[in-house]
Amino acid sequence: MGKNQFFVDCAGLSEKTLEKKRRLEQDPSSRKNHMEYMEGMERISSGIMNHVLDQMHGYDPGAYTDADVKNALARENCGPEDLKALLSPAALPHLEEMAVRAREETGKHFGNTVYLFTPLYIANYCENYCVYCGFNCYNDIVRKKLTMEEIEHEMKIIAASGMEEILLLTGESRSKSDVNYIGEACKMAAKCFRNVGLEIYPVNTDEYRYLHECGADYVTVFQETYDSDAYEKLHLLGHKRVFPYRFEAQERAILGGMRGVAFSALLGLADFRKDALASALHVYYLQRKYPYVEYSLSCPRLRPIINNDRINPQDVHEKELCQILCAYRIFLPYVGITVSSREQKHFRDGIVKIAATKVSAGVSTGIGDHEGKYEGSQTEDAGDEQFEISDDRSLGQMYADMEGEGLQPVLNDYVYV
Amino acid sequence: MKNDPFTLGGKEFHSRFILGSGKYSMELIRAAVEHAGAQIITLAVRRTNTKETENILDYIPEDVTLLPNTSGARDAKEAVRIARMARELGCGDFVKIEIMKDSKYLLPDNNETVKATEILAKEGFTVLPYMYPDLYAARALVDAGAAAVMPLAAPIGSNKGLAAREFIRILIDEIDLPIIVDAGIGRPSQACEAMEMGAAAIMANTAIATAGDIPSMAGAFKSAIEAGRAAYLSGLGRVLERGAAASDPLTGFLRD
Repeated sequence: MGKNQFFVDCAGLSEKTLEKKRRLEQDPSSRKNHMEYMEGMERISSGIMNHVLDQMHGYDPGAYTDADVKNALARENCGPEDLKALLSPAALPHLEEMAVRAREETGKHFGNTVYLFTPLYIANYCENYCVYCGFNCYNDIVRKKLTMEEIEHEMKIIAASGMEEILLLTGESRSKSDVNYIGEACKMAAKCFRNVGLEIYPVNTDEYRYLHECGADYVTVFQETYDSDAYEKLHLLGHKRVFPYRFEAQERAILGGMRGVAFSALLGLADFRKDALASALHVYYLQRKYPYVEYSLSCPRLRPIINNDRINPQDVHEKELCQILCAYRIFLPYVGITVSSREQKHFRDGIVKIAATKVSAGVSTGIGDHEGKYEGSQTEDAGDEQFEISDDRSLGQMYADMEGEGLQPVLNDYVYV
Repeated sequence: MKNDPFTLGGKEFHSRFILGSGKYSMELIRAAVEHAGAQIITLAVRRTNTKETENILDYIPEDVTLLPNTSGARDAKEAVRIARMARELGCGDFVKIEIMKDSKYLLPDNNETVKATEILAKEGFTVLPYMYPDLYAARALVDAGAAAVMPLAAPIGSNKGLAAREFIRILIDEIDLPIIVDAGIGRPSQACEAMEMGAAAIMANTAIATAGDIPSMAGAFKSAIEAGRAAYLSGLGRVLERGAAASDPLTGFLRD
């Protein structure tokens, strides 16, 4: 796999726009300070960020030995040092033992259950320029924001398939998809589904509280990479450029009353071992501060996008991905682990037996095209998708496949109180 | 043990095995009823909050008493709401209070549990509170109107057995309500030991759910619980407690 070439100039861009885009790409001084909060962004003095970043910067994966890995695997409760060993290259030869241990821990905490959910993208407008993302503001794609009627229509189609948990997603545009719009979508979702999650741009505590009152109870925010230097070079424009505001999103969501929060790095953007360490420690330290919250981790790898099919996850092969997931499970036995449709069927079917507890089904990352996908009809004015998926199984297929693997599919295990 | 029933909420039960709710499957419920003789089955309200395709309520035989639990509740207020929801769902008046403010160890919060017990007992529920084995909390639960006290033996799902043995023993000695040992029981021998100590019943789930042969392990638990109960009734528990009598009595010097 070649090194990622993220910069693509789409034909539709005006000369002035192109000039700005190129300047952002080439001239660091044209970009805002990514460590500085923008106006309106709430600051919480937490200390967790420095804790996580200090550990990550001090982590030298090459320094861990076979003996460190064996010691980690022999321990009943693994701590941060053990996690570092399990994420190191020295642990790769022990992958099978890690998988056995991970399966044991998953069984203790989750039995043989596997939770199913589906994402619903309601808008793909975006004000950020994140160079690897299909929704980025310079990518020439079909943009769309669903109306409330369209959202209801999509939700009814999804609910009719039997799905009970939904994850609502938007591109990151406060002006096109404001908090009230998302709140209305949550209220609608709460009528059609038992469990409503959000994966939207990070907001302030009072806004999270409002969205919680509208029916959402879980918030997912991907940090993408915890390496702030790499982050600065990948997120060139928009709110998302502000690294600490994004880092603190889960904590604000908790303070806003959300029951659960989810985390992830997008593997392939920077040193994946360091990113995996930071993701797990982000959960670990927050759990110590807010022990009553439910935590979960995802592990997406980079995927090709519209207008750039060369984007790939670099050195994160399935073996490395499996290592990360086993290390997560051994270090954080109680957290949920989600594996999305970015991964192929054979990987998802295998990993749910070891470490993953949640998989998506009936997935579309486009906007307003569920009718087409679910009923085989053509959807003419759908918005384009965020990335290419690798597993397009429907809920029915996924349910049957999970049962076939000896697992117990669960559609809901939650009440809103 | 046909002549040795125990009573909860005015109902008589002959089986002293209660199926917990942690890891559910059809096979487990069937095994618990048919092989372990369970007459009470716990179910998490949050798992019944689903469409009929996988509703656990449909799997439970009618003559079994449902014990809905409030898992997912983080304080007394949430537990009370979930309990009321259970009643509305037609799960009856029994409720097991589970309040956890820790997603890692899932340890029960005794303070909040006492509060919820008091509210729900006043509303006519038969309240079975899951608790950390603390004597003061247990006394507060009695005062709050609990129908039994359910101390954990070890962290839930851990299969570590009677880690809290000495504290459960104190509850058995001091509390006049049935003591039902809940959570952490990993082997039939541990269930047997708890019954020998005088526990009224055993609640378990993971130990059976994760066994290689579920029906066979369910049967093993039934035998172990009955053996422990018989031993307790026979007075074995007291003999063990005091140890052997000294062959040369210490008080042999006393004359008049």
